[in-house]
Amino acid sequence: MKLIVALIQPHKLEDVKKALYDAEVYKMTVSTASGCGQQKGYTETYRGTISEINLLKKTRLEIAVNEDFVEPTIEAIIKGAKTGKIGDGKIFVMDLAECIRIRTGERGKKAIG
Amino acid sequence: MNRKLILSILIITVIVLPLIGEEMNSQITSELTSKLEAIETVKVGMDTLWVMIAAFLVFFMNLGFAMVESGLCRAKNTVNILAKNFIVFAIASISFWIIGFGLMFGDGNLFAGLKGLFFVKGADNSPAVADAYSGVYSALNWTGVPLFAKFFFQLVFAGTAATIVSGAVAERIKFHAFIIFAAVLVGIMYPITGHWIWGGGWLARLGFFDFAGSTVVHSVGGWAALAGVILLGARSGKYSTDGTPKPIMGHNMSMVTLGGLVLWFGWFGFNPGSTMSVGDGSVIAHVAVTTNTAAAASIISATVSSWIFQKKPDLSMIINGALAGLVAITAPCAFVSVGSAAIIGLIAGFFAVIAVFTWDKLKIDDPVGALSVHLVNGIFGTLAIGLFAEDGITGTATGNGLFFGGGLKLLGIQALGTGAVAVFTFAGAFILWLILKIIIGIRVSKDEELKGLDLGEHGGEAYSGFQILN
Repeated sequence: MKLIVALIQPHKLEDVKKALYDAEVYKMTVSTASGCGQQKGYTETYRGTISEINLLKKTRLEIAVNEDFVEPTIEAIIKGAKTGKIGDGKIFVMDLAECIRIRTGERGKKAIG
Repeated sequence: MNRKLILSILIITVIVLPLIGEEMNSQITSELTSKLEAIETVKVGMDTLWVMIAAFLVFFMNLGFAMVESGLCRAKNTVNILAKNFIVFAIASISFWIIGFGLMFGDGNLFAGLKGLFFVKGADNSPAVADAYSGVYSALNWTGVPLFAKFFFQLVFAGTAATIVSGAVAERIKFHAFIIFAAVLVGIMYPITGHWIWGGGWLARLGFFDFAGSTVVHSVGGWAALAGVILLGARSGKYSTDGTPKPIMGHNMSMVTLGGLVLWFGWFGFNPGSTMSVGDGSVIAHVAVTTNTAAAASIISATVSSWIFQKKPDLSMIINGALAGLVAITAPCAFVSVGSAAIIGLIAGFFAVIAVFTWDKLKIDDPVGALSVHLVNGIFGTLAIGLFAEDGITGTATGNGLFFGGGLKLLGIQALGTGAVAVFTFAGAFILWLILKIIIGIRVSKDEELKGLDLGEHGGEAYSGFQILN
């Protein structure tokens, strides 16, 4: 079992959701995030004063999958989120120790699927 | 002795009394004259007060438009929409003062005003009315209020037409392109068609009626917006690759609801105020009731239509329904009965809902429903006079509409006027948008659109510190 965490451009969320859906990945958690990377941020002005915004708005996806879904999920996220420009985001894949479905008490692979 | 006494009394009576009488008569006459003058002053004062209060109510509609439009768009474009709505009245105020008013109401030919063109500087002896009036703005000599009351009242209407465009082109228009367009719309295009109808032009001569501006204001704004929307194209993300429309949700329905109520309230200045005089108050009361009845009926029919077509009643459709009824009754409000107003409202609400779906299918992307409300129902309301008018119902000799035995004559004239204004405004606006597109570009870059126009056009956010998922 793996936990895939992806940080993407907020406006690519729709495309990523569509790509995941096409890859038969239907389960995910989405939240807003702030972060900084190579984009280095931008400046905002408020009543004449300039402020550096280096934490950019990002969207964070968390998807728990079984082994055979890892590659299709990664491919789908890339397909949906890639523009080729700096700021497209990153994907982290990590081992998932356990997964429990609260409703039934099922554990492991069954609980994910 | 007695005879002498009687004789002298008689002489005194004959000679002196008429003198006294004459003196009394002239006293009475002058007293009456001064009282009549005082009454006349009070009448002018009351009429002016009413026109100004109505104008302030119409000004208040700027608030309603700002709230409805910003609420129906996404959070990332809020600053841009609010900035557009704020500056548009400033642009309208200046360009209508410089030339718009003169072009619309100055004496001229059948197509445009020619006298007193600039800065409302023509000769004028308002508040004198009718034959007593001498000046260059004789198209407005039917109302006994000072010139600047007439100007201010007309200005807030002109501002409304430009504001309508703002909503339809939202979320992708360049800020400066919109400003230039609004200046030309209010300074030149709106006044020309306005002259045809309210300025003594060719449509007015033909017997075309539009009491408070379903065509003059609303469909003109609508046609100008449609031209812009076609040249701009849809917002990115509005259509999936196979062409099916996708919803782009508004971000604040509380704001939209408040704005809708503000507009409804403002309309009590828009329509009843277009009497531009108090009289015995009966026309104001009649128009207030037809206006409100149409809005109410339209809300109900929009709610039911939305319930049927979308399974559940959509709040944005309910509010669009209110505005649709108000736009539709704007032209006929003084020429139809309250019962007819209810029927007009019922049809308007249905049209508004159907139109929203239809524009979406046609790939005409209008984020706030401005075309469904102002264009579709501006046209319908103008034609409704030809169907529902009852001759002299509030004293205006319109002739009867089709449903009241008047035949097709009035409907024909209404249709002709609607068509002529459509061709002129759509063509003019299309050419203007096209010129702007070629010279400075009218649409922001895709990148800016995705990040939001607040950052792209203004470098600031509306909801700094809030987390927004979009």
